[in-house]
Parts: sequence; structure tokens; C-alpha cells
Amino acid sequence: MLGYVIQRLLQAALVMLAMSALVFAGVHAIGNPIDVLISPDATQDIREQAIRRLGLDLPLWQQYLAFLGRLLRGDFGTSFVYGMPVLQLILSRLPATLELALAAVLIGTLAGVPLGVYAGYRPDSVASRAIMAVSVLGFSVPTFWVGLILILTFAVNLGWLPAGDRGPLLEVFGIGWSFLSLEGLSFLVLPALNLSLFKLAMMIRLSRAGTREIMLTDTVKFARAAGLTDATILRRHVLRLISIPIVTVFGLELGSTLAFAVVTETIFNWPGVGKLIIDSITSLDRPVMVAYLVLVAFLFVTINLVVDLSYALLDPRLRRGAAA
Amino acid sequence: MTLLDVTDLRTHFFTRAGVARAVDGVSFSLAPGEILGLVGESGSGKSVTGFSLIGLVDPPGRIAGGSIRFDGQELVGMAPDRLRALRGRRIAMVFQDPQATLNPVLTIGTQMALALQAHGRVTDRAAADRATAMLTRVGIPEAATRLNNYPHEFSGGMRQRVAIAMALLNGPDLIVADEPTTALDVSIQAQILAEMKALARDSGTALIWISHDLATVSSLADRVLVMYAGRIVESGPVGAVLRAPLHPYTRGLLDSLPAMAQPGQRLAQIPGSAPSLLALPQGCPFAPRCAHADAACTAPPPRVERADRHALCHHPLAP
Repeated sequence: MLGYVIQRLLQAALVMLAMSALVFAGVHAIGNPIDVLISPDATQDIREQAIRRLGLDLPLWQQYLAFLGRLLRGDFGTSFVYGMPVLQLILSRLPATLELALAAVLIGTLAGVPLGVYAGYRPDSVASRAIMAVSVLGFSVPTFWVGLILILTFAVNLGWLPAGDRGPLLEVFGIGWSFLSLEGLSFLVLPALNLSLFKLAMMIRLSRAGTREIMLTDTVKFARAAGLTDATILRRHVLRLISIPIVTVFGLELGSTLAFAVVTETIFNWPGVGKLIIDSITSLDRPVMVAYLVLVAFLFVTINLVVDLSYALLDPRLRRGAAA
Repeated sequence: MTLLDVTDLRTHFFTRAGVARAVDGVSFSLAPGEILGLVGESGSGKSVTGFSLIGLVDPPGRIAGGSIRFDGQELVGMAPDRLRALRGRRIAMVFQDPQATLNPVLTIGTQMALALQAHGRVTDRAAADRATAMLTRVGIPEAATRLNNYPHEFSGGMRQRVAIAMALLNGPDLIVADEPTTALDVSIQAQILAEMKALARDSGTALIWISHDLATVSSLADRVLVMYAGRIVESGPVGAVLRAPLHPYTRGLLDSLPAMAQPGQRLAQIPGSAPSLLALPQGCPFAPRCAHADAACTAPPPRVERADRHALCHHPLAP
């Protein structure tokens, strides 16, 4: 098992190396940050100075090697715009996105799986049709529109919940969190709901398909023949059998939400990494873009590793060294 | 005294292509502790008969008529929850392939506990004790530690023993066994057959043994029913039926047993294949494949009675 984890970590390092090269080259192709950072009426002298200070006078491959060298010392570079270390910048924004993404994916899963299992168990009932209609909406209605409607309904018209920002933070381990206080939670609810709709739709589809398939198997028939109630069969047999695809999608969704919650963060003015990356793209803040995308790659590789390891917990046949 | 009395059972599948009469007027009865063999080709309706008994016919199929009286209670039309309470406790079922029926992600201890807890409050501790005792009884060594194993950690024969132990767990009056040895090695088959017979005798459990294999049934059952196209075409005590079958179909099944063939000779076979249930021929459904068929066979076959046996045939073989 340990060898397997080490092998996967080496793989992760390779993926991140490839990712950093791709991103480095890609980011350099989309415009010159000097044009954005230095005012157009600056003298040629100031321009040259700035270029040298940011290391932009060197050929691309030398810039890349210098970047890798710093990376090995744990230095992701310094933001052109904020003038502070990139890692520190990203980490200061990450908790906001982390709690938002986790809340969204958890809501989507905890609500979506039971609804989907029910829809798969009674596919022809009225309730199941309503559930499926919700999932179609979740897939097809754009996130920004739902976000605006949520703000309009719950913040503007009803006035129940705040329309944006993160609200008061409660500090734990030196990091501020919204979800720990009731008032902070009220700020989290709308953006989390907004983000969770798509995940809810996906979880409904996934659990419905799995449940329909498993209800027809001999395993369920045998459990019925033993006199188990349908509720027990769904809870003890079906839920366990459909858990592998659900955990897979949970991981992938968590990763992509952490990385790309941009739209919702913008609408709700949520100070997370999504907003940071959008801002750094507009200002061509190369170090932030590169570091961010490399970290995203790291995030995905890590989540995939955790998901793979959890398979072994869920399905005993995948445990290594189990007797055949 | 009868334990089970099935009268004119009709289980039909209402498909888009038409109504398939998978079970069409089946009647038989079973005494407590009796072992009954139910024999037929694939599609003869023998498995559907078994599933009808425990009320687990999958849609689009349903019981369209007839009566199933079990220990004085009518099962056809019984409230689903009462029927569920009966399943596993008084009527249990063993399936063909334990690989497919046991849940691969739950330990067999958990699965046996669920089967016990479905019929009343049983603590996990008590469930483990009862499961251990039953596993030991069906011949699984070190049962107490095996409870923590998953199905894939057992061999095929051991897995089927686990399934049989689960069926016996609540001390049922009747076990419906749907080809439980078909997926096993021949040597294991014989063991399981012998043990099943002993277990049924010891516990006084009646057994309906569904099989396509007349040889297995003959070594096990007291009486045999031969099914063809949803009907019982012949019934009687195993010895008498095997010695002198009344129905040409039973004769055909017997002749096609490899053990009946002369070495070096080709195996006998019944010409043609089982008819589609959606397009049964008029009259006797076996007529197109029967060497004895003539003009009379286009009419529904009469019921021929011989002492404790019967057959549905225009031209019974024994006088």
C-alpha cells in the first residue's frame, strides 16, 4: 500500500511539472504584462528597469528554469500586482473557496443521493418525475442566472439573507471561517446553494441510474427473498453498491468547484481564489496564474489519489492482498 | 395434511409483443417435509413458478389467477407487507448463482444479520451467534471467523453453502431452491445435494427443487413434476416416473441424459426447441417436437390419471 502511495505521489510530481511547463508557455502567449503594469507615458528608462526587475528580459526557458529553481525552495514567485509572495496570496483566499466548495458539494450529495435513489426505486411515481425535472433544470439553467434570482428573491425581496460578501469570520487555527457562526453561515447559504444546484442534478442522475440497475440484480432479489424490507434493501444494499461512482464524482466536483467557482464568487462578491484568478488574468499577473494552475493540478491529483484509496474502503474486492 | 396447495396458478407476462403465459394452470400440493422436484427446459416456467410462490414475480409479470394456499393462508393477493414477513421466515429461497446473489461489498456476517433482523429484534451479538451455528451446520469450518469475510473470499461451493445457511436461518417450513447446484463443480454438486437432503430431513423443511437436470432431481426428490410451456405435463413419484414415463417429453428428457447413452453412440436429443410462449401451437404444445403426434394432438391434451400420477397427453406411453 505504501509503495502504491509513493508511486502515485511521483506521478503527481510529474503531472505538476508538465502542467507548469504548459501553463508557463501558455501564459506567455497572452500578452505582455508590462503594457498593463506600467503606465503608457512612463519613460523608456523606467520601462527597462521594470522589465529587468520582473525578470522579463531573460529568454523564456531561462525564466522557466528560474521559476523551477525557486519552486524547489517552496517559492512560487511574487505577484506583479500585489507585490507579495504568490503562495501567501493564494492561501489567504483558499479558505473562503474551500468552505464554499465543500458546502456546495456536500449539499448536492446529501440531498441528491437520497432523491436519486428514490427516483431510481420508483421511476414512474409523480415524485420521481418532479425530482427528474429538478435535475434537468439544474443541468440546463445557467449558474449566473440562478445566482441573480437567488439574490433577487432571498436578499432583495424577502430580505432573509445577505446578498454578498463573506460576513463575520470566526478564527480557528489562525484561519477565518464563515460556517462556524450562525451569522457567517447566513452569508454562506446563498452562494453554496447556487453552486450546489448543478452538483445536485448530477448526483440525482448518478444515483438514479445506479439504483435502477441494482434493483434488477439477483442481489436485491435474494435480499427480498430473505424478507428484507425495501427500505432496508435501499439503505444497506443499494447505497453501498452505488457508492463508488458517487465518491468518484464527489471528488471530481470538489476539485473543479475549488478551482473554478469563478461565476458564483463574482456574483456574490465572495473573496475566494476564483475571483483572484479572474483578477490576475485581467492584469496579466503571470506568477499568480502559473502558481494557481499548478496548485489546481496538485489539487486534482491529490483528490484522485484520495478517491482511489477510498475505493478500497468501499469495495473489499479491490483491497490488495485480500485472499481470492 | 398439506403445507402448500397450488391450484390453477397462472402467472403471465404482459409484454408489448403480447401476453406470455409463463405459468398457465399449474396445480400441485406439498406435504410438510416433502421434497418435490420441478423439472423442465429453460423457459418452461419452472423458475417463474418458484418466484410466484414467494410473491417475487418481476413486472411486467404478475399472477393472473389461481390460488396458492400456504399453511392455510392464501398468498395470491396477500398484502405486500404480510407477504414480506412470510418470506425468509416461513418460505425461503436459494438461487442459482451465489456469486450474483450475495452482496459483494457486505460481509456475510452482516448479510446474515440483516436476514435475521428482518424478522424481529435480534441484537448483532445474537445474530452473529445464530449465523455461526448455521454456518457450522452447513459444513463451513471456523464459522465464527468466516463471518467477517466477504463473498469473494469463499470458493463457489462454500458460497452456495452460505446462501443455503441464510435460507435456513429462520427455520422456514419451505425452501424453494432454483437450480442451486447448476453453477457448481460436479463433485461439489453431489456434496451439496446430499447435505441439502439431510438438512431438509433433519429440520422437517419441505423442499421444492427446481432443475433442468432430471438426474439431480431423481437422486433427491420424493415426487417430480415435469413442466413444459407453462404447464405440468407429468407428475408422480420419482421412481415410477423414471421407470415408465407417461409423457413423450419426459421420455425425451430421460433419453437425453448422458448416463442413459451407450458409450460411442450419439446422445439422444429432443428435436426442435421449446416453443415461444407468445405463439403456442393449438392443442398440445409439445406436438411439433413429438414422435407420437397425430391429428388428435391439435386439440388440448386430456388429463390422464394413473394411481398417484398424472400426465397431459393424447398418447400416454404406458398403457
